[in-house]
Amino acid sequence: MELYVVLKVIWAVLLGVLFCGLAVMVGMDMGVGTLLNFVGKNDKERRVALNIIGPHWDGNQVWFILGGGAIFAAFPTLYATSFSVFYVVMILLLFSMIMRPVAFEYRSKAAGSWRGIWDIGFLISGAVPMIVYGAAFGNVMEGVGYHYSWTGQYFQDESFLSYLLNPFAVMCGVLALSMSIAQGGTMLMLRGEEPIYGRARKAALGGSIVAIILFAVGGLWVSHLNGFAFTAPVDPNMPATPLTGQTVAVQAGAWMNNYHTYPLLWALPILGFVGMLGNLLMNAAGKPVVAWWSGALAWIGVIFTTGASMFPFLMPSSTNPNQSLTVWNATGSAYNLGWMLFFALVFTPAIIAYTSWCYYVMRGKVKLSSITDDSHSY
Amino acid sequence: MPLIDPSVVDLSRLQFALTALYHFLFVPLTLGMTFLLCAMETTYVITGKEIYKEMTHFWGKLFGINFAIGVATGLTMEFEFGTNWSMYSHFVGDVFGTPLAIEGLMAFFMESTFIGLMFFGWDRLSRPGHLAVTYLTALGSNLSALWILVANGFMQNPQGASFDADTMRMQFNSFVSLVFSEDAQAKFVHTSIAGFVTGALFVMGISAFYILRKQHMALAARSFRVAALFGIISSLAVVTLGDALGRLDYLVQPTKIAAIEGLWEDSNAHGSATSAPWLLFALPNDATQTNAAEIGVPYVLTPLITHSMDTPIPGLLSLEQQAGPRILNGIKAINALQQYGVTHDAASLATFKQYENDMGYGFLAQKNAPNQDLTQITPANQDAIVAQTEKDTIPNVFVTFWAFRIMMFLGFYFVALFAFAAYYSLRNELEKHPLLLKAALWSIPLPILACEFGWITAEAGRQPWSVYGWLPTFQAASSHPVGYMVFSLIGFAALYSAFIAAELYLMFKFARLGPQDHHAEPTVGGGATMFGKPQLADKSWQ
Ligand code: HDD
Ligand code: HEM
Ligand code: HEM
Repeated sequence: MELYVVLKVIWAVLLGVLFCGLAVMVGMDMGVGTLLNFVGKNDKERRVALNIIGPHWDGNQVWFILGGGAIFAAFPTLYATSFSVFYVVMILLLFSMIMRPVAFEYRSKAAGSWRGIWDIGFLISGAVPMIVYGAAFGNVMEGVGYHYSWTGQYFQDESFLSYLLNPFAVMCGVLALSMSIAQGGTMLMLRGEEPIYGRARKAALGGSIVAIILFAVGGLWVSHLNGFAFTAPVDPNMPATPLTGQTVAVQAGAWMNNYHTYPLLWALPILGFVGMLGNLLMNAAGKPVVAWWSGALAWIGVIFTTGASMFPFLMPSSTNPNQSLTVWNATGSAYNLGWMLFFALVFTPAIIAYTSWCYYVMRGKVKLSSITDDSHSY
Repeated sequence: MPLIDPSVVDLSRLQFALTALYHFLFVPLTLGMTFLLCAMETTYVITGKEIYKEMTHFWGKLFGINFAIGVATGLTMEFEFGTNWSMYSHFVGDVFGTPLAIEGLMAFFMESTFIGLMFFGWDRLSRPGHLAVTYLTALGSNLSALWILVANGFMQNPQGASFDADTMRMQFNSFVSLVFSEDAQAKFVHTSIAGFVTGALFVMGISAFYILRKQHMALAARSFRVAALFGIISSLAVVTLGDALGRLDYLVQPTKIAAIEGLWEDSNAHGSATSAPWLLFALPNDATQTNAAEIGVPYVLTPLITHSMDTPIPGLLSLEQQAGPRILNGIKAINALQQYGVTHDAASLATFKQYENDMGYGFLAQKNAPNQDLTQITPANQDAIVAQTEKDTIPNVFVTFWAFRIMMFLGFYFVALFAFAAYYSLRNELEKHPLLLKAALWSIPLPILACEFGWITAEAGRQPWSVYGWLPTFQAASSHPVGYMVFSLIGFAALYSAFIAAELYLMFKFARLGPQDHHAEPTVGGGATMFGKPQLADKSWQ
């Protein structure tokens, strides 16, 4: 295979890895935000819940930022098109996300009566982004209405309402939300004590049950959904432009083609189910550490299930399928992908190492007393 | 090709300018304060004096209030390229996205992970361990500045990429030229050090407030001195590097430097190049293309900018005229490119290659062509279109001129202020000079103002280009309906106003409250119950 094709495939996989990092780490924090008012019945309990992720949320959030930066560099046309085509939804996502850093830092510094407002901020900034992430995936699987003019400028052919009010996408949104609640609940159990522990356990169990059901429903739904497929051979080594080089058709059930060709891929949805079940059973058994890792596996299973079913499509166009964005036509140049791979290989181990160290330093249960003693806690 | 709606472009520019300027209200303080915290904590670790730990804690808390909004508004910036500048992102993403991705990998992860430990790790880390964490946070935030300015440097002086007709975009071809672009490096140093000036004046001003009120004297006097010394060095450096940036503009962005200097005619238009004055004051009029009033210092302009005695500097009027032939070539380039997109034939590619270097000017002419379509240019309408496009090749001179002047005057003011402050602080005579203390207090917002005007100089002066010489701003925007832009602008205005209100409120409260001296009575009084934190706070390090 050509080097360029290898690089394209590597970056498609890395894109999946990035989404997994984002889902596991940011999803966990969003779950805690969503659950804040449920697990904490008074101000002190809420502070404990917030301080459980207090030292880590900012670092975790960088997965989200890196997601933006890496798609920008590795898939420039995908970045340009997806963020613009989903404009209203993206801006809603942004508005809800930017409340969170401010809420963390200011809630504890605000007078008592203002804290309730920041608590609502946590709910919004936890639940809305997860629903939007999930719904974005759902919309992408169904195809998005856009086309390009000869310069490469995109034009949208659908209104934002069709992205918001779309049953399949909404279901995907709820799936993402329930998985984040399971993961956030698990984290609260991991570092929290009663009464937070018990409430978090209830939420986590509920989250994983809903997730298992929705993931199964989603699988059935996708097998009947209109998918996209090439109707003529493509050259994976083609120059990265959506304007020429592909002939694509809409076909019902096409998203199952890869699974028919490579039955080994069924391991991915199975991984998703096993992870969700593991999360459920281990939380029931009171073993949040194992449950946390199971929850992470569940995300990996779900995200790579989606990726494997769509590959090589990234964001198909429903109004001009030939201009669909794929791994073959939406990446950066070989030179750029090479440099980015170099930086990813150097820095990812370092990031994993110091993030782990940071969790290690902050290990142990968060107690009410430890918060009131520490001048910098939230 | 569908038409680009100019009002959507303008609204996108407005939104980008407002959100970027807003982000940069908080960035300089972060850049500067992290290093001041390093200095204070280092002193603590070396000398073991508790007062320096107290200083680190107190300034760290104010730093945190600022940091939160810096992070929140940075999120907006990261996504705005995609949401509002889709053609831009498509056109340069292959090279411009890379520093942004590296910034995430190398800098943001470091900064954001260690800042958690910096705030939460006091009791869990050894002294040197915590100090190391503080240094890593500072390093992270300054590395983030480096990479984002490498990205911005590419927009100012595109290096390390070339246009590719098959993918219709700029493709990355030299990592070294991108990263070691002189523009990027000079911008990085100037901007980071501008952050140091901001941090220094912030600490010095609040300390001056305590000294004036004779509160927390031990902490205030020490903080004042650290800040004054840090400030005098930084403010001298910022002025020096500003000069370096101006020279780079002269070398690579002639339209920007001419606008900065309000130079309509060539510097040698009236006699020798040397006699051209450097303008202290002028009222540039963009409509008549003249300066309504001028007060200048003769003989200074040429040596200041060219670092030579007799090199002429081209004025805006002749720069416009020089653009004429490039516009004609650019039109040929774009037409050939469009043809090549359909036929992929060697002949149109060859024609395109011949005029490739002027293609940006062809894009620029599109705005003025009938239906924004260059193929509709005929010998009959061509002259008018070219003349109109020539006028479009220069930035708004009034804005660029004055944004630069304000930044620069403030720069010299800071040098003077820090010089006096350092002198009297070293002689322990601060209390005899209340006027100086008041000036320090009231000057706290000025470095932020200087930074904002610096960015306006850099970015407004770059117009009409998004990527200088290659991609006009007009072409770069996403094609949204106006309603979408109104929606997002209203949302940003509402959220950002709420943020700034909360930030200022907390900043003033906590600065007034001050550190709680361990030997003195808590000065908080009844008010403290309103703020859970300061009361609970501080106990652990008594
Ligand atoms: C010269 C410095 C500088 C400049 C020009 C910019 N920023 Fe910034 N940015 C910083 C310096 C900085 C910082 C000092 O590193 C911040 C401020 C507060 C903070 O947390 O880090 C930051 C925060 C910050 C964050 C949040 C990081 C986190 O969660 O820790 C993002 C995503 C961005 N920025 C992105 C951008 C983008 C896309 C910009 C281009 C328009 C931009 N910034 C301009
Ligand atoms: C005599 C003093 C100064 C000179 C000659 C100077 C010069 C310049 C120039 C020419 C630019 C435009 C660079 C470009 O075209 O891209 C610039 C930008 C800028 N300046 Fe200054 N400056 C001075 C003082 C200051 C001060 C005091 C501050 C803040 C404390 C400051 C902050 C900035 C910032 C933030 C930018 C935008 C970023 C950049 O382009 O680097 N400058 N300066
Ligand atoms: C945070 C500091 C910054 C400030 C205060 C700032 C300010 C501005 C302003 C005032 C404009 C509007 C110019 C006009 O339309 O007249 C603008 C446009 C823009 N800037 Fe910056 N800028 C900053 C940093 C950056 C950086 C670091 C980048 C790129 C890495 C960047 C990319 C852009 C883009 C893409 C536009 C819109 C298109 C254009 O006008 O070219 N900006 N910025």
